[in-house]
Amino acid sequence: MHALDNTALDGNAIGGLLGEIFGTEMTTAAATCAACGTVSLVAETIVYLRAPGAVMRCRACTAILLVVTPHGEMKCVDLLGLSALEPG
Amino acid sequence: MAGTAVRGRLTWQVATVGAVRPETSSVRTIDLDVPDWAGHRAGQHLDIRLTADDGYVAERSYSIASAPGEPVQVTVERLDDGEVSPYLTEELRPGDEIEIRGPIGGYFVWDGTEPQHPLLLLAGGSGVVPFRSILRHRARIGSTVPVRLLYSARSLPDVIYRPELAASGDGVDVSYTLTRQQPPGWTGHSGRVTPDLLAGVAWPDDLMPLAFVCGPTAFVETVAGALVGLGYPAGQVKTERYGGAGAS
Repeated sequence: MHALDNTALDGNAIGGLLGEIFGTEMTTAAATCAACGTVSLVAETIVYLRAPGAVMRCRACTAILLVVTPHGEMKCVDLLGLSALEPG
Repeated sequence: MAGTAVRGRLTWQVATVGAVRPETSSVRTIDLDVPDWAGHRAGQHLDIRLTADDGYVAERSYSIASAPGEPVQVTVERLDDGEVSPYLTEELRPGDEIEIRGPIGGYFVWDGTEPQHPLLLLAGGSGVVPFRSILRHRARIGSTVPVRLLYSARSLPDVIYRPELAASGDGVDVSYTLTRQQPPGWTGHSGRVTPDLLAGVAWPDDLMPLAFVCGPTAFVETVAGALVGLGYPAGQVKTERYGGAGAS
């Protein structure tokens, strides 16, 4: 696993966006990685905001967990990298 | 009464800028009047959204600097290559309106309801901002939880809230490490936080301390890793990363 560069944030940085989308506090949600099975709090995941949209990655295996892409007033939410996402 | 209002769904709302105060040459604290503020917890943050005349939108997260029950404040450091912070620290005036979304977060928070855990607060640069909220909250609720704060800053003039931290009172031990420039006769720590420095400052792990680490990503990675090396369970080390730049 390569060292994280300084554009890497964590799941706290996506708390507002996910809170607006899901209607509840999400930094304490438990996210299960579909690739490696690691369960972590959203706050503990790796988040990039400078990609096209917001990208959340597993801190254990770096697989993509979630992508949120803006389309005008809409937001496209891709949860394919998660096998579970459960608010705390 | 804001405190009795039913909390609405998190969304953008308009806040009015109140007083703006300098903290250092590149850092300002901004009072925000938010009509429908739901009340916040110590350690939470909010998002600020700026929209340019051409429709370009930029959003950033800022820790809330004030304690729960106090008016909302954020403390913003100007990043020279920033899209949002130069406006917030140089252009913003009392009476201006900005869009905010918050309060946000349930992870990097301290409510003071677990007094058996001493607190270890580790700040890199403007990562000290949420700790001001936590320390003020501790004082307001009369908590006697012992606290150690280690604050890494470039130089003494870069230290944010220095007078307030110096007056923290009983049970709060504040120490500094200055990474780039130390004044003559400096008796604090020098250089970046290392595992050895941390070992000398951190509570022993058998006291079941709760650690909060906030700052640039590289600072947080180093410090959180060193704490786990000292025997802190990962679940007792809460982290918040600000990304790249900043005066740590």
